[in-house]
Amino acid sequence: MRALNRKLLRDLWKIKTQVLAIAVVVGCGVAILVMALGTRRSLEETQAAYYERYHFAEVFAHVKRAPEYLAERIARIPGVKWAETRVVADVTLDVPGMAEPATGRLVSIPEHRRPALNDILLRRGRAIAPDRPDEVLVDETFAEAHGFRPGDHFFAMINDKKRKLRIVGIALSPEYIYAVGPGALVPDKRRFGVMWIGRAALASAFDLEGAFNDISLSVLPAASKAEIIERLDDLLDPYGNTGAYDRADQVSHAYLSGEMDQLVATARVAPPIFLGVAAFLLHIVVTRLVATERQQIGLLKSFGYGNAAVGWHYLKVVLIVAGLGVVLGFAGGAYLGRLLTQLYADLFRFPFLHYRLSFDVFALAALVTLAAAVLGTINAVWRAARLPPAEAMVPAPPAVYRRTAVERLEPRGLVGQPTRMILRHIVRWPLRAAMTTLGISLGVAILVSTLFFFDAVEHLIQIYFHHGQRQDVTVSFTEPSAERVVHEVGRLPGVLAVEPFRAVAVRLRHGPRSERVAITGLEADAALQRALDARLRPAAIPPDGLVLSTKLAELLAAAPGDVLTVEVLEGRRPLRRIPVAALVEEYIGTPAYMDRQALNRLMREGPVVSGAHLLVDARQDEALYRRLKDTPVVAGVALQTVALRTFRETMAETMNIMMSFYVVFGGLIAMGVMYNSARIALSEHGRELATLRVLGFTRFEALYVLLGELGVLTLLALPLGCLIGYGIAWFFAWSFDTDLFRIPLVIEMSTYGGAVLVVLVAGALSALVVRRRVDRLDLVAVLKTRE
Amino acid sequence: MASAGVSKDRSPNERPRGPQGTASGPDRPERRRAFVARALTKVYGKGEVAVHALRGVDLELFEGELAVLLGPSGSGKSTLVNIMGGLDLPTAGQVFFHDLELTAFDERALTAYRRENVGFVFQFYNLVPSLTARENVALITDIARDPIAPEEALALVGLAERLDHFPAELSGGEQQRVAVARAIAKRPEVLLCDEPTGALDSKTGVLVLEAIERVNRELGTTTAMITHNAAIAEMADRVISLADGRIAGVRENATKSPARALAW
Repeated sequence: MRALNRKLLRDLWKIKTQVLAIAVVVGCGVAILVMALGTRRSLEETQAAYYERYHFAEVFAHVKRAPEYLAERIARIPGVKWAETRVVADVTLDVPGMAEPATGRLVSIPEHRRPALNDILLRRGRAIAPDRPDEVLVDETFAEAHGFRPGDHFFAMINDKKRKLRIVGIALSPEYIYAVGPGALVPDKRRFGVMWIGRAALASAFDLEGAFNDISLSVLPAASKAEIIERLDDLLDPYGNTGAYDRADQVSHAYLSGEMDQLVATARVAPPIFLGVAAFLLHIVVTRLVATERQQIGLLKSFGYGNAAVGWHYLKVVLIVAGLGVVLGFAGGAYLGRLLTQLYADLFRFPFLHYRLSFDVFALAALVTLAAAVLGTINAVWRAARLPPAEAMVPAPPAVYRRTAVERLEPRGLVGQPTRMILRHIVRWPLRAAMTTLGISLGVAILVSTLFFFDAVEHLIQIYFHHGQRQDVTVSFTEPSAERVVHEVGRLPGVLAVEPFRAVAVRLRHGPRSERVAITGLEADAALQRALDARLRPAAIPPDGLVLSTKLAELLAAAPGDVLTVEVLEGRRPLRRIPVAALVEEYIGTPAYMDRQALNRLMREGPVVSGAHLLVDARQDEALYRRLKDTPVVAGVALQTVALRTFRETMAETMNIMMSFYVVFGGLIAMGVMYNSARIALSEHGRELATLRVLGFTRFEALYVLLGELGVLTLLALPLGCLIGYGIAWFFAWSFDTDLFRIPLVIEMSTYGGAVLVVLVAGALSALVVRRRVDRLDLVAVLKTRE
Repeated sequence: MASAGVSKDRSPNERPRGPQGTASGPDRPERRRAFVARALTKVYGKGEVAVHALRGVDLELFEGELAVLLGPSGSGKSTLVNIMGGLDLPTAGQVFFHDLELTAFDERALTAYRRENVGFVFQFYNLVPSLTARENVALITDIARDPIAPEEALALVGLAERLDHFPAELSGGEQQRVAVARAIAKRPEVLLCDEPTGALDSKTGVLVLEAIERVNRELGTTTAMITHNAAIAEMADRVISLADGRIAGVRENATKSPARALAW
């Protein structure tokens, strides 16, 4: 090894803790980049292959009942490649060994061929036999949750009749990668399952022979989907069309895309922060290294080393530290990517999902990192390279200090000399002080914007489950039913209170904008399901007019007072103009509300309801469930307590692990900045420190001067970090804002407190490490040497 | 901190019995001893690389005197002064400052001793670059019990006009005089100077020596000054020569030369 390289390695070894601290910050950035982009790549590729191989449709529509011959006319819409009709129905299931009712989505499949669209992947067992109407395929996750094997059976309430269904195979479909049941927020493996059953059997059970209630299209590559959707709606509208929609609005696809967008958002926010901070740390370390090795540089040049050789020498320092970080980041990123992919494999129902180490993701991460490191330090390296040898051999002129503006304001004698030193150090290198403050505050910000997710989820739960939807059970009826049915439901065992609701599929139009939503008609004195205003107070539903969620109002560009065209998509399909009366704050979906009687009037129907919310006595749950499973009018039963538990479990599974990593990363970035800052201070002011100690200052007093600067900067960084954290949280809330759900921008004081605490602990640890060095300072040796 | 050489508790005013090698002056009972060092040895390192900086030194310094410790590089004079100043501890032997046994002190007590009793002046000034001349002195007067005002201390060393200059704006000689002012502003009992003119030319050096001389005379501060420059020894009350870690001789100047008369 060449002598100069040997010197390089020894120099680095002397500051190994600093090197490690910077490499760790680099590593965090690289790891997040590799994890996020790599996982996204894996999801994207798996999704693309799965969609293609199993012909996932591109346009979807549901109707009440349309004649089969309509399919041919639909297939002739220009741009349509294939049209596939189906019968799809949600039914209440009675699963052996489970007290509460489950919901099954029965999806028809052709008996004599493979589905041309939305094909299924048979994992185990066999396909259904054409002449056996009781044979079904069950989706793998639901089967696993119940330990189902081919040969097992369960019961379903199909069109008022309890039917026994026999499982012959276990399957998966690209249509249900993210399988969330009707009205549920997150997938519930036990309580929602998809089943595939022969078309003839299902059609006959629901009186849909020679008809369909669901159609999927694939389209030609160049075709305009918007036009196709419009033509499709025109054809389907007479048949109880609830509005055709693009794949982008298909629930499973939308959730999966949302998750992939979040990964991209993460890759956009976090790595630049880490790499930016790392570049700054490298800059101060290299600058200091060049300053301490000034005379050595002069010596090297006097020996005949050129500017390029000296520049390259210090650039190698940068590349080694950044390279170490890249290696750490690769390892960490691959580990985290694998972990996250496992979480996704559990959340999404893919036939396979592996984290693939893709070369270009690694190459991109390495390139971005090294570029950031070199850009951050090029100035310092350039100055080292350009140092004229004669000048370099002479010690650098002493730093010139001046009085700070603060001191001019303060009467002499108020501030002690040690404090004065601290202030002047800060003012002497204002940019560095500002960058250090920014670095520490970014640590705080990462912590705040990470912990924010817990606050947001908790807030969501509070609003959704504790303020908005206070019922224990929601029963939806197969058909709009008379109020009398509600009274019957009220007499079921354990029911303490019952509150009906009406839900109607509509298309709302405001100017050129339109949205397909359901209007929920609430009772005037609703106490279980309530719409909430921005302050979480129940919003009164006016006797006339629409109450829109803020997101829906935003999508429609509508405000209170605006008049919307309401196109009802069911029943007699009335068309009315109704004013927006008020807005409510909702984070899930895009609901719209009306007074139930007003909605009945709009529908030109009597006092009918779509379902009822129940408040029940938990001790009689089993009896209630038993009755509900056998009640013919019940199409679906949603259990709030189970939903809340599932929601919490899903959030815990998907968030806790990743968020803990981000918390650690936030602490590491703060510690990296603070430790390096303290070490640089020690290197620069070690001599003054020794002087103070010799003059009789205690260790504590000397440490005060050394770390006071860092302390002041940290105190400045804490509120700044909270502010930046709020900004990042806002960005996350903004970038995750979809029609499906929003993240409330709520940050609790305890979150700020926690973030501040973590950073203070990181600072204290850095101070302790530096303190040990101060304790070992050789006073005599320091004083005996020339500056 | 473990202190080597703490042993028998003898009163410092009991005369050492060693027949030879003591650095005590002529028997003048009216002079009170500020420092008494007995059988000091100091070994740095171990085994083959061990360096014997002091090899059994006995020494006394009297209150108010100006003593010059003269010797070549490596003779042990700095080690001796560092031990007297509470910066270092001997491997064996005892040092008393009045009734206090420094060699029995721990780290904290040594810091307090330096803070209250000792003023230091080093070859390389060691001013705090971020503080002005006045503030460098105030650094000490802020924590001292009965200090001289920083302005007064700087006037004493002839820098009344340079109060608000930063070290970077002062010449080497001026910086060293600020260091002297800083050292004496707390009215220390003892002023220890390690090659105070080592980095200065003769003319500037004399100005610094004049400052030290004036402090010794006007404040009565016991002063020990290390130098390898024999010319400087002429301003001392006593000249203690060291060589190879031992006291080589003690000479009393019958007539002291004033500092301004010195040249080298």
